[in-house]
Amino acid sequence: MTQEELLAQIYKKDGKAFTTLYDMYAKSLYGVIFNILKDKEESEDLLQEVFVKIWKNIDSYNEGKGRFFTWILNIARNASIDKLRSKSHNNSKKNLSSDNFVHILDHNTSVTNRIDAIGIKEFINKLKPKCIKLIDLLFFKGYTQQEASEELEIPLGTVKTQNRNCINELRNILSV
Amino acid sequence: MDTAAYIASGTLELYVFGLLTEEENKEVHDLALQHTEIAGEILDIEKAVINLSYAVSPKLSSANYERIREQLIEKHSTGVVPLQPKQNNIVLYIGWAAAVVFMLGFGYQYMKYNEATEQVRTYSAKSSKYEQLLAKSEKNNIAKDQALAVLRDSENTIIKLEGQQAAPQAYAQVYMNKTNKEIYVDVAGLPEAPEGKVYQVWALKLDPLTPTSIGIIDNKNADGSVFKMENYDGPQAFGITLEPTGGSKAPTMAQLYTLGKV
Repeated sequence: MTQEELLAQIYKKDGKAFTTLYDMYAKSLYGVIFNILKDKEESEDLLQEVFVKIWKNIDSYNEGKGRFFTWILNIARNASIDKLRSKSHNNSKKNLSSDNFVHILDHNTSVTNRIDAIGIKEFINKLKPKCIKLIDLLFFKGYTQQEASEELEIPLGTVKTQNRNCINELRNILSV
Repeated sequence: MDTAAYIASGTLELYVFGLLTEEENKEVHDLALQHTEIAGEILDIEKAVINLSYAVSPKLSSANYERIREQLIEKHSTGVVPLQPKQNNIVLYIGWAAAVVFMLGFGYQYMKYNEATEQVRTYSAKSSKYEQLLAKSEKNNIAKDQALAVLRDSENTIIKLEGQQAAPQAYAQVYMNKTNKEIYVDVAGLPEAPEGKVYQVWALKLDPLTPTSIGIIDNKNADGSVFKMENYDGPQAFGITLEPTGGSKAPTMAQLYTLGKV
């Protein structure tokens, strides 16, 4: 199912549209939310809020604004960061940087996820540590290039191309 | 335009991550529509990060799907998520409630109907009893009217019958009409006749003493106390004796209760 097919279902008010939307993106958004909140129950509650927000505002989306996934990724990230701030964490971005998605895999050791987690950990460990940090900040946490450059102490002009190289690495590992 | 250089710049990654300005987004979108390489590159970048975030996500139980779906149905139904026909239950309950009310009403009416039937039966029984009483009362009235008429009739001669040896306290009166010769006797002053006995009224001629029965009174209390006797022309005296039921051919003088001369 592509973005275009999903949007066609939504515009036709197809009864299956919600199920399609959920199947396509729920787990990815949950990954993004959990990477920020680090609490499963809280993340599940927020995922629900995010889907309600998406559904409520779906008429305001159009393809000129960007990819549909990008649109819902922004909603999920912003809601997660707001949630984190509301929990009286000052200076949220610094707190956000203290951990990244690799550490999630270390914490995520329930029996059902263990084997999967080991498999994923293997392929992510093939990424350079610098790439893990860069993707974590830019994709998972929505840092600007400026913020990422300050956080990782790399020149601002190189953030964009370094990120490009890291995503290429990821695509090679995933064969995308 | 050098699309390869544009792709290599890393702008498309930032586009997928949502880190570009609105203007930059518009620009990339337009370029993607013109250049399939750019559009394809965007899809591949997107696929990579969707896979990555999917992979690092903790297990998401299917309960979440139901929870979110319900939440959307309840609060933000846009018509896309079909509503469950919840009203059916209410309609069903109303239906059953109506049936129960109907049955109760029917039962109540049936009970009332039985009660009413029973009352009609009771009333008609009472009514026939009252009719009997009324008939009896009318009969009494007629008897009393007749008695009164006899007493008031100025043509009548009143003969007092005095108590005799058998019953010294007893008395009676005979009313004798001079014109039509009718004879009435008022036996209110006689005691109750014993079981198996009746009073017999006699008209007497004195010379020689000849008694003639002019009537038997066998039901003194039920029919009042004034009785019409057979006509008799020229009586000289009247007597009343106690006789066996059915009367006697000749008076039993030992049981002569009252006697009076005209």
